[in-house]
Amino acid sequence: MITPMTTEPMMLDEFGARAALAGLGVALAAAPLGCFVIWRRMAYFGDATSHAALLGVALALATDLPITAGVLVVALVMALIISTLSERHISTDALLGVLAHAALAIGLVAVSLLPGHAVDLDAYLFGEILIVTVQDLQLIWGGAVAVLALMAWRWQALLTATLNPDLAVASGGNPKREQLILTLALAIVVAVALKVVGALLIAALLIIPAAAARPLTRSPEGMAVGAVLIGAVSALGGLQASFMFNTQTGPSIVTLAAIIFAVCAVLGPLLARR
Amino acid sequence: MSLITTQDLALHYGGKLVLRDVNFALDRGEIVTIVGPNGSGKSSLLRALVGALKPASGTVTRAANLRLGYVPQRLQIDATLPMTVTRFLNLPHRQKAATIDAALTRAGVADLATRQMATLSGGQFQRVLLARALLNDPDVLILDEATQGLDQAGAAAFYRRIEEVRATLGCAVLMVSHDLHVVMAASDRVLCLNGHVCCEGTPQVVADAPEYRALFGSGTGGTLALYRHEHDHDHAHDHGAHDAG
Repeated sequence: MITPMTTEPMMLDEFGARAALAGLGVALAAAPLGCFVIWRRMAYFGDATSHAALLGVALALATDLPITAGVLVVALVMALIISTLSERHISTDALLGVLAHAALAIGLVAVSLLPGHAVDLDAYLFGEILIVTVQDLQLIWGGAVAVLALMAWRWQALLTATLNPDLAVASGGNPKREQLILTLALAIVVAVALKVVGALLIAALLIIPAAAARPLTRSPEGMAVGAVLIGAVSALGGLQASFMFNTQTGPSIVTLAAIIFAVCAVLGPLLARR
Repeated sequence: MSLITTQDLALHYGGKLVLRDVNFALDRGEIVTIVGPNGSGKSSLLRALVGALKPASGTVTRAANLRLGYVPQRLQIDATLPMTVTRFLNLPHRQKAATIDAALTRAGVADLATRQMATLSGGQFQRVLLARALLNDPDVLILDEATQGLDQAGAAAFYRRIEEVRATLGCAVLMVSHDLHVVMAASDRVLCLNGHVCCEGTPQVVADAPEYRALFGSGTGGTLALYRHEHDHDHAHDHGAHDAG
C-alpha cells in the first residue's frame, strides 16, 4: 500500500515526466520558505520538523490514514511545539538539536515496531521520486501552490517580522501570526517533499538553494526567485544524473544543489566586484 | 489631549516585574528622555508604548490614529538577507519613491538609497532607521538608545538631526538615552526610572532630585554623575577628569 503499483504498463519517460514534475513542485514550494529558514536562522527548526515526518508515517500506517495526512499532522504539531518552546526559552539550540534527532530515532523505532508492515525505510529516509503517482503529483502541486500563495500573501509582513518583531508591532503587524504562517508552510512542505527527497534531505532542499542564491542577489525577492530557479535546476538535473549514474534520486538532487551552492559562493564575490 | 498615556502601568519581562506604577503622559511636540540604570525598565516601557509588550497590569492609551515612528534598540539584519536601503523603507508598506526620498533627506542619508543594509556603518544604519521612522510623518518618534555604538560626534550629530526633525514635523520625541549631556541640553522633560518612576520633571529638577542622586551619585549638575555611573571603574578621577569626555 505504500508503493502503489499500477497494473497497466508504464513507459519510462512517463515515470521520468512524473518525477520531474514532482521535483519541480517541491523545489517551487521549498525555495521561498527556505529563504525565511535562513534569514530567521531556523535551520534546526527545519531539521526537527522534517525528521518528525517519520513519526507521521508511523502514525499514518498505524491508523490507516493517508501518509501525507499523517505527516502533515505530525509535522505541524512538531513545528508548533518548537515554535512555542523557542518563544519561552532564550537558548533553543541544544533543545532543537535534541528534538531533531529524537524525532528521527523515535520515528524509525515506531515504523519498525508496526506489526504487519514491511516498510521500505529507504523510501522515507531518502525519498522515492520515481514511484510518484498522479495522486502524489496532485498533492505535491496542491501543497506547492498553497505554500506559494501563503508566502506571496504575507510576504511584506513576513519580511518585516523577520527584521525585527518590535518594529513589526510598531507598524501594526503581528509577528506571532507570521511565525504561525511560516510554521504551517513548513509542515506543508515537509508533507509534500517526503516522497521526493525523504525525511533526511528535506531540510537540505529548503536551505541549499536559498543559500546558493544569496551571493548573486541584492533583494529578498531576487533571492527567492533565484532559490526557485536553483531548486528547479537541481531537481531536474539531479533526476537526470540519477538516471545516468544509477544513483538514488533524492541524494543526487541535493548533491547537485550543493555543487551549485559552491559555484555561487565562489562566483558571487567576483560578480559583485565588477 | 496627550498622545500616549499610561495608567498604573506594570510590566513583566522574562517572568519578572521590571516596572510598576507608571503614570505617564506624552504631549504633542515635547522631547522627553528616559534615563535609568541598566535593567531599570527603560526599554520595556518603550516597548509597551509601541504595543510590543503587553502590560502585566494597568493601561496604555494611545490617541486615535496616532502615527508612531519607532527606532528599536537593536536591529541586526542577518547577512544572509539581501536588502537595499530603499527596499527596507518599503516594509511593511510600499511607499512612493518621493516619500522615501524625503525621509532619507530628512535623516541626512539621501545618498544611501541603493546601498545594501549590511554594508552600512553604525551611524548610517541608525540614520536609515530614523528615516524609516519618519516615513509616515509620525506624531511621536520613539527612540531606544538610538546612538548606541556611535562615537560622541556621531551621537551629537544624530541628536541635532532629531531636533531639526522635531522643529520641522512638530512631532513629540520620546527617547532612552545614556548621553546625559544631551538630555540636559535638548529635553523638555526627563523621566528617571529604576523599576518605577523615581523622579521626573525638567532636566534641572531631575538632576537635583535626591532619588536621582541616590541612583547616579551627586556630581556637578548630574552630568558628571551619570557619566561616572556608566564608567564606575574609574573612581580616582571622579571630578573633572571626565568633563572633557
